[in-house]
Amino acid sequence: MNTSDRWLLPDGIDEVLPPEALNLERVRRRLLDIFAIWGYDYVIPPMVEFLESLLTGTGRDLDLKTFKITDQMSGRMMGVRADITPQVARIDAHSQNKKGVARFCYAGTVLHAQANNMLASRAPLHVGAELFGDSGSHADLEIVSLMVESLHSLEMPSVLIELGDVGIFRLLVQQLEIPSETEEKLFALIQKKAMVELETCVQALDLDADHKRIMLELPGLCGNAEVLARAEGVFGGYPQIMQRLASLGEVAQGIESRFSGIQIYYDLSELRGYNYHTGIVFAAYLGEARRRVAQGGRYDSIGSVFGRDRGATGFDVDVKTLAKFSTITEAKRPVVIAEPGAGIDDLPRWEKIRELRTAGYIVLESGKETVPHDFSLNQYDGEWQLTKTH
Amino acid sequence: MQDRITIAVTKGDRIVGQQLALLAQIGIEPHDDMLTSRKLVFTTKNPNVELLLLRGSDVATYVEHGIADLGMAGRDVLLEHGEQGYYQPLDLKLGRCRIMVAGLKDELPLPGRLRIATKFVKTAKQYYAEQGVQVDIIKLYGAMELAPVTGLAHRIVDIVETGNTLKANGLVAMEHIADVSTRLIVNKTAMKMKYSTIHQLIEQLRGVVG
Repeated sequence: MNTSDRWLLPDGIDEVLPPEALNLERVRRRLLDIFAIWGYDYVIPPMVEFLESLLTGTGRDLDLKTFKITDQMSGRMMGVRADITPQVARIDAHSQNKKGVARFCYAGTVLHAQANNMLASRAPLHVGAELFGDSGSHADLEIVSLMVESLHSLEMPSVLIELGDVGIFRLLVQQLEIPSETEEKLFALIQKKAMVELETCVQALDLDADHKRIMLELPGLCGNAEVLARAEGVFGGYPQIMQRLASLGEVAQGIESRFSGIQIYYDLSELRGYNYHTGIVFAAYLGEARRRVAQGGRYDSIGSVFGRDRGATGFDVDVKTLAKFSTITEAKRPVVIAEPGAGIDDLPRWEKIRELRTAGYIVLESGKETVPHDFSLNQYDGEWQLTKTH
Repeated sequence: MQDRITIAVTKGDRIVGQQLALLAQIGIEPHDDMLTSRKLVFTTKNPNVELLLLRGSDVATYVEHGIADLGMAGRDVLLEHGEQGYYQPLDLKLGRCRIMVAGLKDELPLPGRLRIATKFVKTAKQYYAEQGVQVDIIKLYGAMELAPVTGLAHRIVDIVETGNTLKANGLVAMEHIADVSTRLIVNKTAMKMKYSTIHQLIEQLRGVVG
């Protein structure tokens, strides 16, 4: 390392500078304020914890993303969190162990050993909310509504909401008795909607023609509201899947009536987080960002490894991406630069500065030559007075 | 068509011609001649559609990041690119060939650990891992056939169309890795945000491709 590259940050590690940093903080606060009035209790989970609890129930999805370090006190492996949800699930199962429904929210930076994509930050700021102890579709409706409401409060009315249910593919795999190796292969192909390879893969399976057709139709079950009706035609013979479609329909109907004019996109083959999601999955897309800005879903029984098996659903928001497109602003405060006083014990000057700051002015005690300002604080006949800058 | 759509097509005399012929059949024709113009962005007779002219692997990158909504690229470059961030709903049935392992016709006995020359590093690594064979990969950018002839590598992993180049250099195709053809790829976010327009485009192309 030489002087020319000593200042470089690692790939995918970013810093947020003025004025974006303040904007990001406003978004973070606005989200937490909303979570608070919806009754979600704020928690601050630790930056690192033992790997076993971090990777619990998340399958391999988070393993390669997690930075690992050895705890020199215990000799055990610790991970820097790559996702806060498993931490909150641990809190729900152990640290808090509330009876009945529990609601938690959080805000914090996570670290990804591998970025989600070539341009994604490896240190995203996640703000999220989780609801435990309720497996009903009204809980799904509450959490999706909270996500929509949060984005609307950031003056992003043009978001598109995506709804799906990973339980459909899971049930299909169970009922057709597909071995786990094939399940993984099918999962990867369906995620890519790689129709040519999926056709080859499905045709080679030991299934009857009807079941093959259903598997091949799944990736096409995406689009507008008519998808649910189409899906009912496809899955008519599977009562459990029909039940899932009905609950998805209820949630969608609820969202549509609560937020009039909202755009909803359905994709019944969206299997994001398949390793730990168990039911409805949802996300919010922002056209300007060309990407997903919030995502979540149901992950019942993630707490079972901590000895508490119960319903769980939640979402998180990628605040760094979101803040770039948020237009919320606050009234600009006038900037005052105070002229140097008689000495360090110039109390009248100090009193005046304090008074101005309390009244909402930004007061700097030096920098008149270089900092743009609206007023200067000068002493006339022993009195400290504001003078408008021209 | 309500939404504005950007389509990335793959550079190369023959392949771009075939891709443009497909697009022309569904009414998307560039104003300028993409084969001779030095431009990289082209407006079309459909005011809502513009075309980008890119190298194959860049098509995948532009579509992954949503700069282009759709792209046309060979499966060989998609496999190398990692197939992230986009859907592959349609085989355009163009540029058909195969990725294969080839070696010298009169091959000497091979050592336990092979050296493989290829420009498809990811594909080759994955193929040999699946076969349970440990290999060393040598990344080359062209003239693969030279590697076994000169002793740089024991075998090569490369695109085979007719097999004539292999034959001319004393090589034969040995193992089949993947069938390749041009795929239509669609950015995942674009698919959701511009669903009806993109769905209509895919269906029109499906009708043309057959």
